[in-house]
Amino acid sequence: MHLLVCGGTGCRASASDAIVGKLQKELDEKNLQDEVQVVMTGCFGFCEKGPIVKVLPDNTFYVQVKPDDAKVIVEEHVIKGRKVEKLLYKDPADQKEISDSKHMGFYKKQLRIALRNCGVINPENIEEAIARDAYAALAKVLTEMTPQQAIQEMIDSGLRGRGGGGFPTGMKWKIASQNHADQKYVVCNADEGDPGAFMDRSILEGDPHSVIEAMAINGYCIGATKGLVYIRAEYPLAIERLKIAINQVREYGLLGDDILGTGFSFDIQLRYGAGAFVCGEETALIHSMEGERGEPTFKPPFPAESGYLGKPTNVNNVETYANIPVIYLKGANWFNKIGTAKSKGTKVFALAGKINNVGLIEVPMGTTLREVIYEIGGGIKDGKKFKAVQTGGPSGGCLTEKHLDTPIDYDNLIASGSMMGSGGMIVMDEDDCMVSVARFYLDFTVEESCGKCAPCRIGNKRLHEQLDIICKGKGTLADMDKLRNLSHVIKDTSLCGLGQTSPNPVLSTLDNFYDEYLEHVHDKKCRAGVCKDLMQYIIDTEPCVGCTACARVCPVGAISGERKGPHTIDQTICIKCGACMDKCKFNAISIH
Amino acid sequence: MVKVKSLADLQNLKANLQTKVDLREKGDSAERLVQVRVAMATCGIASGAKKVMEFFIDELEKRNIDAVVTQTGCMGYCYAEPTIEVKLPNQDPVVFGYVDSKKADEIIEKYIKNGELVPGIIPVNYETIDNNNQ
Ligand SMILES: Cc1cc2nc3c(=O)[nH]c(=O)nc-3n(C[C@H](O)[C@H](O)[C@H](O)COP(=O)(O)O)c2cc1C
Ligand code: SF4
Ligand code: SF4
Ligand code: FES
Repeated sequence: MHLLVCGGTGCRASASDAIVGKLQKELDEKNLQDEVQVVMTGCFGFCEKGPIVKVLPDNTFYVQVKPDDAKVIVEEHVIKGRKVEKLLYKDPADQKEISDSKHMGFYKKQLRIALRNCGVINPENIEEAIARDAYAALAKVLTEMTPQQAIQEMIDSGLRGRGGGGFPTGMKWKIASQNHADQKYVVCNADEGDPGAFMDRSILEGDPHSVIEAMAINGYCIGATKGLVYIRAEYPLAIERLKIAINQVREYGLLGDDILGTGFSFDIQLRYGAGAFVCGEETALIHSMEGERGEPTFKPPFPAESGYLGKPTNVNNVETYANIPVIYLKGANWFNKIGTAKSKGTKVFALAGKINNVGLIEVPMGTTLREVIYEIGGGIKDGKKFKAVQTGGPSGGCLTEKHLDTPIDYDNLIASGSMMGSGGMIVMDEDDCMVSVARFYLDFTVEESCGKCAPCRIGNKRLHEQLDIICKGKGTLADMDKLRNLSHVIKDTSLCGLGQTSPNPVLSTLDNFYDEYLEHVHDKKCRAGVCKDLMQYIIDTEPCVGCTACARVCPVGAISGERKGPHTIDQTICIKCGACMDKCKFNAISIH
Repeated sequence: MVKVKSLADLQNLKANLQTKVDLREKGDSAERLVQVRVAMATCGIASGAKKVMEFFIDELEKRNIDAVVTQTGCMGYCYAEPTIEVKLPNQDPVVFGYVDSKKADEIIEKYIKNGELVPGIIPVNYETIDNNNQ
């Protein structure tokens, strides 16, 4: 028998170490230490009800266990085989106790559709993929459905693009199918440029077949025989696995001429990007594939009319594709029951920042931020206070405390002043300065703007300068107005999505953290202690014994004072290196 | 190399492959066969998954344990890389996180040899499409 005690950070904070100790002690006392092992585990994804203790092999799931409960667990459950009812989880619906974790699937907030095979199959072995239904959907579509029926199924499923825009995938396919040409193309967008995002990379590395299969289905639906994957060269492992997979599928005859004897032919090639964020934008991506400069062009014409080499082209994102085979196998009506009214299915997020369980998660649309952060994510690192979460990367905005219970979907995120984006989710705590966060994203956009249009090229640079001035404590109230006005001009006059969304981090931090901006401007204070120019190292004369250690270590000679007398720092000379504070043995120096 | 030429071919192939997987899990040598999967996506490899995989391949052989060691993609627990999944005959798979050579050794000696769980288990915290039937 095993007693699993959650040792995840959430539960650990509430005494799981003590629980392990007490359980061990009880077992030792009853001489059961050889029959029953107490083992610490990682987070169960149910931190809100922690600490968790799970008993194996019967899968009993105890919640909110206190160290003193160790005695009853051992005496009742281990010795007498009776479950301890008061520690069982009660179904919120009917207050009935649920005795084992096999019957509480609902506590599992995640549902893996796009990630169904990631971490399950060997991505370099097509046999493992086929054993788990790879290419069954392609076979079904090719042999049982007309392209029109298959497109209708996609429309009915309600799937929307996971690359950021959320455009309905079925509609996109329908438009591409209706444009006639001697050659059409299917393109998979694997450019994934958002800082902190790695959903698409993980899918390609873990289950390349899901994407290959869906592209072939896409080809059948719109009447294309050629597929291209545009992938950044910085993803060598994903490229290698994709290549291996494509070769294996060709050998099996599931790509190539006359697939499954149906007369449909389709093949896939790779195209490499050099890692420019703007090349993720579909028109820029197409130009880059054509060997032109990776710059966006005006839409219309949309790629569905005139895309790669001027031919109708359908561009979809990696994660969008990864969902598609399952939709055909399980049916549009299975898929469209998951999620919210206008956002169906699940979304993969790369959870990063000040959160305990950094990782890749997939949740049904409509899951709240609170569930993502406090249950799946295990809460904020080091018990700090949650401040904000950035979704949508450099195009998105930050969500705060007041958005924690908003169900996550395309429309709610937009209404909250952010956006879904591709799925990066960066969690920030009280130690993050929101003005600096906005500046960080502007740093990124200034780097990544292609420079084609003036508002984006010059405007973002100016935005960045204004933010920098505020961070340095030289900002005025007028600067804040300028920020807002300039942001709107850039949004309204830029050509592509990059410029149209780049001021979002500024606007959303201005909206949600106006106070913090004001503090920087008015009080010349940065409450998070991030903006160096606004910090002061100050020596408290009480504890200072005049040992001169700080004065000796200061690289710029900013510290003066008599030996054995109180020392002071000349703020006009100090470069805020922090050396003096580290050196002082009497904790006399602090940051203000 | 089999070419899959028709729907029937694909269905047969799938059935065969599934039996192969089942055999591995329930067949003759299943009494003894241990399966170890190492999460080898960029995140895993960056934290040392390759070394862990080599360790398992070498050590399981040296210690005469009948096992297959394979690589797989990201399991999602990036905070606890390297992660591995161990499936003992006739048992549910168990995921372990933060696996270095020392932990790997402990897993082989305690869990694989004696079925005794060791700290570092990561509970599976998601539903799969197979058991989602809403
Ligand atoms: C600046 C910019 C960067 C983009 N980067 C990506 C990207 O990295 N990956 C992606 O799939 N879509 C990206 N998009 C969205 C694409 O233009 C396009 O809408 C998407 O690939 C369509 O696929 P979907 O409908 O499946 O989401 C980007 C858009 C903009 C404006
Ligand atoms: S908005 Fe920016 S990135 Fe987009 S085309 Fe204009 S300059 Fe280039
Ligand atoms: S922070 Fe650095 S520069 Fe400033 S007083 Fe201390 S040692 Fe000198
Ligand atoms: S359930 Fe224990 S830390 Fe998350």
